Amino acid sequence: MHIKLIDIHKHYGGVRANDGVNLDVPPGSVHGVLGENGAGKSTLMKILAGYIRKTGGRILFDGREVAYDDPAVAARLGVGMLYQDPLDFPALTVLENFMLGQTRGLLRSADTLRSRVESFARKLQFNLHPDDAVSSLTIGERQQLEIIRLLSLGIQVLVLDEPTTGISSIQKEILFAALRRLAAEGKSVILVSHKLEDVEQLCDHVTVLRQGRVAGAMAAPFDASALLGMMFGQLPCPPECGRIEPGVPVLTLRAVSAMGGRTGLKNCSAVIRQREVVGLAGLEGSGQGVFLRVAAGLQQPLQGQVQFGEHALHDKGHHHFKRYGGAFVPTERLADGLISGLTISEHFSLQQAGGFWIDKPRAVRQARDRIDTFNIKGRCETRVESLSGGNQQRLLLSFLPTTPKLLLLENPTRGLDLESGHWVWRHLQKYCDADACIVFSSAELDEIMMVADRVLVFFDGRLIKDVPTCETSVEALGRAIAGKLD
Amino acid sequence: MSEITAKPETLLGLLHSLLVTVATVFCFTCVILLAAGAPPLDAFFHIFKGALGSWVKFAHVVQAWIPLTLCACGLLYTFRIGLWNIGIEGQMIMGAVFATAVLRMGLHGGHPGWVLAASFVAGIIGGGIWAVIAGFLKTRSGVNEIFAGLGLNFVAQGIILWLIFGPWKRPGVASMSGTETLPAELWLGTLPHLRLTPTGVAFAVAAVVVSAVMLRYTRIGLNLRAIGSNRNAAFLFGLKPDHHLLLAMLFAGGFAGLAGNMQVTGVYHRLIPAISSNYGYLALLVVMLANYNVWLAPAVAFFFACLNVGSIQLPMMLQLDSSLSGVIQGALVLATLALHGWRKRRSLRAPQRKPDG
Repeated sequence: MHIKLIDIHKHYGGVRANDGVNLDVPPGSVHGVLGENGAGKSTLMKILAGYIRKTGGRILFDGREVAYDDPAVAARLGVGMLYQDPLDFPALTVLENFMLGQTRGLLRSADTLRSRVESFARKLQFNLHPDDAVSSLTIGERQQLEIIRLLSLGIQVLVLDEPTTGISSIQKEILFAALRRLAAEGKSVILVSHKLEDVEQLCDHVTVLRQGRVAGAMAAPFDASALLGMMFGQLPCPPECGRIEPGVPVLTLRAVSAMGGRTGLKNCSAVIRQREVVGLAGLEGSGQGVFLRVAAGLQQPLQGQVQFGEHALHDKGHHHFKRYGGAFVPTERLADGLISGLTISEHFSLQQAGGFWIDKPRAVRQARDRIDTFNIKGRCETRVESLSGGNQQRLLLSFLPTTPKLLLLENPTRGLDLESGHWVWRHLQKYCDADACIVFSSAELDEIMMVADRVLVFFDGRLIKDVPTCETSVEALGRAIAGKLD
Repeated sequence: MSEITAKPETLLGLLHSLLVTVATVFCFTCVILLAAGAPPLDAFFHIFKGALGSWVKFAHVVQAWIPLTLCACGLLYTFRIGLWNIGIEGQMIMGAVFATAVLRMGLHGGHPGWVLAASFVAGIIGGGIWAVIAGFLKTRSGVNEIFAGLGLNFVAQGIILWLIFGPWKRPGVASMSGTETLPAELWLGTLPHLRLTPTGVAFAVAAVVVSAVMLRYTRIGLNLRAIGSNRNAAFLFGLKPDHHLLLAMLFAGGFAGLAGNMQVTGVYHRLIPAISSNYGYLALLVVMLANYNVWLAPAVAFFFACLNVGSIQLPMMLQLDSSLSGVIQGALVLATLALHGWRKRRSLRAPQRKPDG
């Protein structure tokens, strides 16, 4: 089926997630949609899959205009989407999951369906057994199940949203081989990714989105630096070596193990020194989040010691961490960092120490002052949930103490546009100049390469690589993230 | 539970939702009355007349308004931090029990004024203890405050029955009508010819004013709201959610205990099994209907008191059960919540305006 998206718009208030996007996917091809986080890729695909409603624009299937706002209708028209998180029922078996998805046909024997699962699996060389429990499958196998389920619904267009996140390299090979086979059969495959190597390996065409617009398109073979240029507007330049002189150790972890995330944190030792910027890399939930939370005193380690300056932190809490001069900024700004329903100045009131009464004039003065210095687009009485993502992040940063010793930042630029992201790092640099050290996690290797002096790579809860950024490359880090060390 | 924190609305919007709610409830109640074979307008008229038809009746309404308002004020603190303090009923009962204990000790000497004052303190402590137990169960053992409160309500009810039929029984015969009546010098003073205690009114008004100030101008009020809206973020801001949770429970229990004391010293002058008269549960409805607003709560409490007192007329005048007031109150709250939920869904569906940045 030939898919044409014409001038697609999706506006959330003043935020334009998609701003006039065109996409043309002929049948029998694998089409990549590339862009960094927040470029509008997922929004565009969710519009195509009927999951969210577009603000404007047209969708043509084989030249015929279609209108729908429901994933079930989209599936009937032939479009199926594989979401980042598999939509399955872990308590059931593979076959039962498959049966649940069969909306057509009233009565079908389990045997028929079993042979269908098996034949699909054989054809695509998926290692799926109908009687396995879904809870025992890896993410990659759950993806395979979902692909089979979608195919059996008769879909002609398969959309995959970041399918290579969280799966092993062997499963990635299997997945890509299956996708190539589907394209050869005349189906269209759309691959959404922020990973250059995925696109290079698989796609015939690629469309790059940046800030909700099409930044460019290219046919295979791809010129990687040109694609990066389209994605980021400029190429990330590798850092120079020895641009800083690290000082005394500020944060020391000795053989720390802790629970949490997908993998927990296993036997992790690391030293962070004054004036250092350290990036934590790894697949989502490989231990970076737990590392930051243990270091911030938000979580007690099961084993090992955490030392912050001259204080032992592992048996104390977050409030001690703050008192010793640390600050933690969580990734989910509205879920963990800010309090919806409260205004900006009320947030500053919360920070005032002691006293029975609220010193409102002081809070308002402080709020005005920070709104100016941090260039926050809002007023003292603006509720934080009505601020845009970039302004929320700037507000969170404005709460940081003026001379912290240690900043722990979880995905500090996630969901921000490029300009806001640059602003954040320009601002954070000032803390380093004032002898603070920064530890941050990021899903963007390019961001880590650009701003960090050193990178710690986490894989399956273990710290497997600790290297200065000037001595490594995005490729080497990418391999390490997948568990392959040089 | 962030949806139960107060959100200011425009006056026009408030008026609009009020009209819609009242109209809905009016129609619903009419249908029920017609089904029961009673003329609806007559029923409403009798409720109105029964509540405000004379000064005596008005005094009854105010006597019911006092505990409702006190409990509602207490609940404002727990709702702010996102707790459903169902245990308010038991807290009121324990306030009454503690107060009665002090009053009984005061029977054998002691200045009546001091004994009364001590009974107020005892009531507050009794309610407070009962609330803090539920709070500890929540913070230490993770027991949901609804279950803890409900369980403690049953325990409190058991204690009051045991006291009335056991240690504190009337000389000779124990009965459901309660303990022996206290001597008149341990009663709160009333206005001449009216069963209305100015002290009670003063306490209720003071509770409203104190709560309004506490919730708006003090750090405690802001902290409660912050923790209720986002516990994680509040913790990162350096607040201690568990401490505040206990504090909110203490406030709620204290006000409920005071209400329990008022029921003993100002209304019944003895301990009776139904000392709480379900005012605790009713206060939950009052606060929800008032949209967690401290100034609306006393007004809604007054309206509910009118319904309760006025509907006593119904069995006599129209051979209707007086539980009609409960139907109206319940329907009001459900209609309000439904309207609130409906609006929220609609506003979620409509694209939200965000300032650019």
